Amino acid sequence: MDFMVFQYPMITVQACLDGILLGILFALIAYGMALQWGVMNIINIAQGDLVILGGYIAYFMYLYGIHPAWGVIVSPIIMYFVGVGIYKLVINKVVDRDLFISILATFGISILFMQLMNFAFGADVVLANSGYGTTFLFDSAVVLPNSKIFSAFVSIVFAICLVIYMKKSKLGRAIRATAQNARAAKILGVDTEKVYAATFGLNAALCGVAGALISITFTIHPYMGLPYTIRSFMIVIVAGLGNLPGVAMSGMGLGVFEEFADYILGTEFRIGSVFLLLVLILVYRRFKLSRKREYLK
Amino acid sequence: MKINKLILSFISAVAILLSTSVVSFAKVVGDKIVLGAAISLTGKYSSNGVHTQNGYNMAVDRINSMGGVKVGGKTYKFEIIYYDDESNPKRAAQLAERLISQDGVEFMLGPYSSGLTKAIAPVTEKYGVPMVEANGASRSLFTKGYKYLFAVLAPANLYLDVAIRTAVELNGGKGVRIAQAFEQDAFSQDVRLGILDAAKETGSEIIIDDKLPKELNDMAATLVKVKQMKPDVLVVSGHTKGALTAIRQIAEMKVDVPMLAMTHCDAAKLSKQHGKNSQYALCASQWHKTLTYKDNFFKDGMTYAADFQKEFGYDPPYQSAESSAALLVFKDAFERANSFDQKKVRDALAATNMQTFYGNIKFAPGGQNVDKPMVLFQVMCDGAGKCENKVVAPLKWASAKLIHPIPKWSER
Repeated sequence: MDFMVFQYPMITVQACLDGILLGILFALIAYGMALQWGVMNIINIAQGDLVILGGYIAYFMYLYGIHPAWGVIVSPIIMYFVGVGIYKLVINKVVDRDLFISILATFGISILFMQLMNFAFGADVVLANSGYGTTFLFDSAVVLPNSKIFSAFVSIVFAICLVIYMKKSKLGRAIRATAQNARAAKILGVDTEKVYAATFGLNAALCGVAGALISITFTIHPYMGLPYTIRSFMIVIVAGLGNLPGVAMSGMGLGVFEEFADYILGTEFRIGSVFLLLVLILVYRRFKLSRKREYLK
Repeated sequence: MKINKLILSFISAVAILLSTSVVSFAKVVGDKIVLGAAISLTGKYSSNGVHTQNGYNMAVDRINSMGGVKVGGKTYKFEIIYYDDESNPKRAAQLAERLISQDGVEFMLGPYSSGLTKAIAPVTEKYGVPMVEANGASRSLFTKGYKYLFAVLAPANLYLDVAIRTAVELNGGKGVRIAQAFEQDAFSQDVRLGILDAAKETGSEIIIDDKLPKELNDMAATLVKVKQMKPDVLVVSGHTKGALTAIRQIAEMKVDVPMLAMTHCDAAKLSKQHGKNSQYALCASQWHKTLTYKDNFFKDGMTYAADFQKEFGYDPPYQSAESSAALLVFKDAFERANSFDQKKVRDALAATNMQTFYGNIKFAPGGQNVDKPMVLFQVMCDGAGKCENKVVAPLKWASAKLIHPIPKWSER
């Protein structure tokens, strides 16, 4: 245990800012997960792998001399079609089945994606350089890479666009209607099949954006998807479905939690602490649920 | 139905019989010496697995075309049976069993990485199969008392030892303050132990000692601590991921540290992926093409690099060079043993004392090569942003002068 993070106020500020910027990015991935979980009742284990695939798209643009920031436009477009493709091939067969089947199916997709990415792009760790420089705050005591600020900014823009789209557009309304009651929506003329495909595509597109941002801020590797799945899963569990402010808050909370865990427990426990938190929250939820049931009796 | 079943069981019986009779072709068939190797051609180690395989193949072709191996007055050629271990230790151990008990291989070459070598070593040891490996540097491989394991490379604990000693020397012989961050895998932890030993001997102090998880892609927290504590040396080892992440974040956060020492720089293609940001980083390497070791097959490092480039289209990383050296060691041992008896070959291997283009090779009782020091190179860039790795330590092979301390970011 090391409490250095509290001994120097500037390190505390640094940890909080780092965590918030990181958390906003997590929240974007989690929002995609919440969307399709809410609409289709599917927990997508392959979420993180979609993120990594999106990252590779930005990386390849970078290799061909295009600035990777354009990846946040190109990657979601490609990923949308990848998402729709996955839906048509696999997900539409499990969408009405129970949760366990869908978890198995997406787990399979996850393994397949990892191996395919490894096969296609190689096992090297790669990254795309944005050349964005650094922002110094408080007399250089706090440093923020501009790439992280850019990521958070783009994530917020995409989240806002998505919210407006969901509220105003026809498809957005259809998605919300399907989420509330798929049968009723169907009776009222909503083509739920199309809605499902679009939802999965939208989720994949969000992953594409996040992936492009991760290739700029961190590193990309075929086997690095799972931590992103776990984080978004956790954020959704804490925030609940269809609760965007909740997702944003719990995303940032998780980011800050991770940073502090890193300083206090050591970097080796960073991801481990996320898993631990996940278990604690699940146990707590279970505990709360069981109490509620007793009360109902 | 019954007849069908009968026929089926008859066919399978014949198949089993055939397979067992085909199986027992041994290590030396006609004029061929068959070596076995499980290599990561897919999975997370696949890029280094391919470097290893290219190194093996290059040496096999070279030795065969230059007269092969002479044993008992007869000339033999090398041939290698490869299997893909999928970067998975369990699979590697299974494949070693298969190579030995089914394919009848009596001599093995090592896989890529310490972890996989650790998985295979107990199997080769059990069957008394001599294995020359070139890519497992973990110290724990050499403390188990293995009799049939020989490694042409220097053990992991020596990787960054030179860096600490150089820093102390530059500090006028006084101890330095070290910050270190190591991934939690067998290899990096061995590198860490080496640093601890060097720190103890030189009276240096370790002020930050972080461990990195294997999914790591953010080490901002460690670097914030480095900014705060201002150590003299920052040491990072976490395979290619660690090297890439460290350089990216050190540049983004403008962390000033007088000396930065790492592993896996050339595997990470640091100077290519990060350009000028990677400048001044010190990297531990088993081999560099400018070293002046010589042998009869590849002549020297520069010739090897040029030939390798011609054949495979890229500059050889040290993983390829050391793999090629493993074949030279085998050839030498076969000829000195003048026999294919596994025990005799093993004893000949143990008595190896030779120079290859890759370095001197002499095995300690544990199996590690004790006659080849590690080298340190520094990434140096010219004004146009083209970066190159130049050997700076040990002084005997230095092709450039170490730049120390690293200039501050504000002055670059």
